[in-house]
Amino acid sequence: MSKLQLIIKREFIAKVRNKSFIVMTFLSPLITVAMGALVYFLMKKNDEKVKKIVYVDESRLFLKEDFTDSKTVQYVDFSAMGIVETKKRVEAGDYYGALFIPKIDSLEILATSIEFYSKDSPGMSIMNSLESKIETKFRNKKLTNLGIDLDKIASSKIKTDIKMFDFSGAESSKLVNGLKIGFGALSGYLLMMFVIIYGSSVMRSVIEEKTSRIIEIIVSSVKPFQLMLGKIIGNASAGLLQFLIWGILIFILGTIATSFFGLNMTEMQTSGISPEQLEAAKQAAGADKMQLIIQEIMRLPLLKMFVLFIFYFLGGYMLYSSLFAAVGAAVDNETDTQQFMLPIMLPLVLGVYVGFATVINDPHGPIPVIFSYIPLTSPIVMLMRVPFGVSWLELAISMTILVVTFVFMVWLAAKIYRVGILMYGKKPTYKDLYKWLKYKE
Amino acid sequence: MNSLLEIKNLVKNYGNYTALNNVSLQIPKGSVFGLLGPNGAGKTTLIRIINQITMPDSGAVFLDGEPLSPKHIADIGYLPEERGLYKSMKVGEQALYLAQLKGLSKEDAKKRLKYWFEKFDIASWWDKKIEELSKGMAQKVQFIVTVLHQPKLLIFDEPFSGFDPINAQLIAKEILQLRDEGATIIFSTHRMESVEELCDDIALIHKSNKILDGKLIDIKRKFRTNTYQIGVNTKNPNEVTNLLKSNFQVFPADFKLFGDELIFNVKLTNNQSSNELLSLLSNHGEVKHFVEMIPRANDIFIEAVSKNN
Repeated sequence: MSKLQLIIKREFIAKVRNKSFIVMTFLSPLITVAMGALVYFLMKKNDEKVKKIVYVDESRLFLKEDFTDSKTVQYVDFSAMGIVETKKRVEAGDYYGALFIPKIDSLEILATSIEFYSKDSPGMSIMNSLESKIETKFRNKKLTNLGIDLDKIASSKIKTDIKMFDFSGAESSKLVNGLKIGFGALSGYLLMMFVIIYGSSVMRSVIEEKTSRIIEIIVSSVKPFQLMLGKIIGNASAGLLQFLIWGILIFILGTIATSFFGLNMTEMQTSGISPEQLEAAKQAAGADKMQLIIQEIMRLPLLKMFVLFIFYFLGGYMLYSSLFAAVGAAVDNETDTQQFMLPIMLPLVLGVYVGFATVINDPHGPIPVIFSYIPLTSPIVMLMRVPFGVSWLELAISMTILVVTFVFMVWLAAKIYRVGILMYGKKPTYKDLYKWLKYKE
Repeated sequence: MNSLLEIKNLVKNYGNYTALNNVSLQIPKGSVFGLLGPNGAGKTTLIRIINQITMPDSGAVFLDGEPLSPKHIADIGYLPEERGLYKSMKVGEQALYLAQLKGLSKEDAKKRLKYWFEKFDIASWWDKKIEELSKGMAQKVQFIVTVLHQPKLLIFDEPFSGFDPINAQLIAKEILQLRDEGATIIFSTHRMESVEELCDDIALIHKSNKILDGKLIDIKRKFRTNTYQIGVNTKNPNEVTNLLKSNFQVFPADFKLFGDELIFNVKLTNNQSSNELLSLLSNHGEVKHFVEMIPRANDIFIEAVSKNN
């Protein structure tokens, strides 16, 4: 076994045997699924509570049909009781709130004179629903007054659905657009999490070797660069294992939880998507579009996406973790890492923000394009853009910059690492780090 | 080939600071070589260069006649002054790992570890974690790991720190035995009594320069002062004292005998012999103590360093 392999093996085993690793690996998916189930359970409970709203209609404009009960809200006509008595009843706590529609002839004035009384301030959704009910009623009333036949209006409604094509002539659907965003966001987010968790784990492992003072024994047997590389790869392997276990566990637990709560998986998955996409999904799920979607997912550059995912994921992780290793080498203990962490975390967080803020709206706009060239943000931003189709030229430029930067950064980090691991005492400044870079080997 | 390690004109700068200034050394094969010097003299830098942890700015190191290269890593065993082990790793696994990094196969490493663990009577520690061991126990493991791959050159930097006198004696015995089996040993320490006990040759480094090197015995000869400690039982101490003072250079002494003797340090000039002093003393009393003051490593160290300040 080569020395590098030995180091990778040791780092991997040291990481995997660690109690906190084991706990994290098996507890996190449990917590994630449990939290999801809890939120769903509470939401359901919350919805099950029916709110009773009474209305006093002095204008006599509204009919019973105008206030149709929904699953969560029931309407009761209290017009006969009068507003004063109604208010008392509501205040006594039997009802959620009282809607008071006074008698005013002008619709315009009436529209701004309707009042709602409740003990607690009412939820936004209830107010929106009431307002829209009243608005619809008033609009229809006005249209009728203007002599327009409501049936004609209804029959004039046309459902529009623009079909999207790319220049290869293939039809695409809005749902797939959502899937692309989902895939991009997920890979960008995964990369960020991975860098933060396992990059800092590399850093801690370096600090541990410094504080336990084994470092000088090790570097008398292997080159510091080998040691650094072994650490980075060893920790990444442990991380990939953990992610794999998480994936499997979440899938299993998710399946159990869904069947237990009778929860619809598709409902859960689509809950994060905007209403338009949801509608598209519903339509699609209903009919022949389903086939189109499957076709289209298959037609997504899946292989390209996969290869690029691996490339940017590893490239991004290696780039960042070599910086983490250099920081670990520069300091004696974890509390001293703060000042060096900021310049590392900044581009990482920036990448995620830029990705979420711009890629979703315009994946090929100038800002996402620029940030998918900048090496410290490119792994995240480019991963988010890839599902929308990025030209080979752009990819080539971005990948070349990333590789060149990676080689340069690893060289830089290795220099700091080599000097830093044997330095104890004073916390180095950036000026010291610059001096270390100039030391001859 | 008489010397195992040949160090030629080593220079190492850290920025504006010179850690080694044109240092040359010959380390004879099969010797225990004391590398001495005050704190910050450049010893650790020199040792790190020999271990190829750092590279010199100029100069060269030859091991067995060959310029030092990465393949020599397996020929060198190094016990640094700042040493430790992975705290949460088990003793056996850790020793195996470190031995494999030095190029031993797993099977070989296991066999040899078994031998050493039994020799030091620590076989029961195999599955213990380092954090469960005391400092001295961990030091033993470290010593074993250093010598396990049977290197030609062993470098011990303060090997006795953390050991009680019994274990220190055990380690000293092992070091001498390794030398007798053919290993060459560089021994860096501030404990001058172990220099006396172990070293055949020494070099003294001070402020990045080598100020002294050679066989310990030759150096002692060079630092010889021709001074004798004398102790004599006499009925007329005043008479003897006056007699001594009129014939020799006499200094008050601070060594301890039984307490009823007349004691002095007496320095002879170049044309006086020790027999003259001895016969004068034996004519006037009973000589109880008569020893030439051989310069101790400690005295040589202090004198050489203060002369070069």
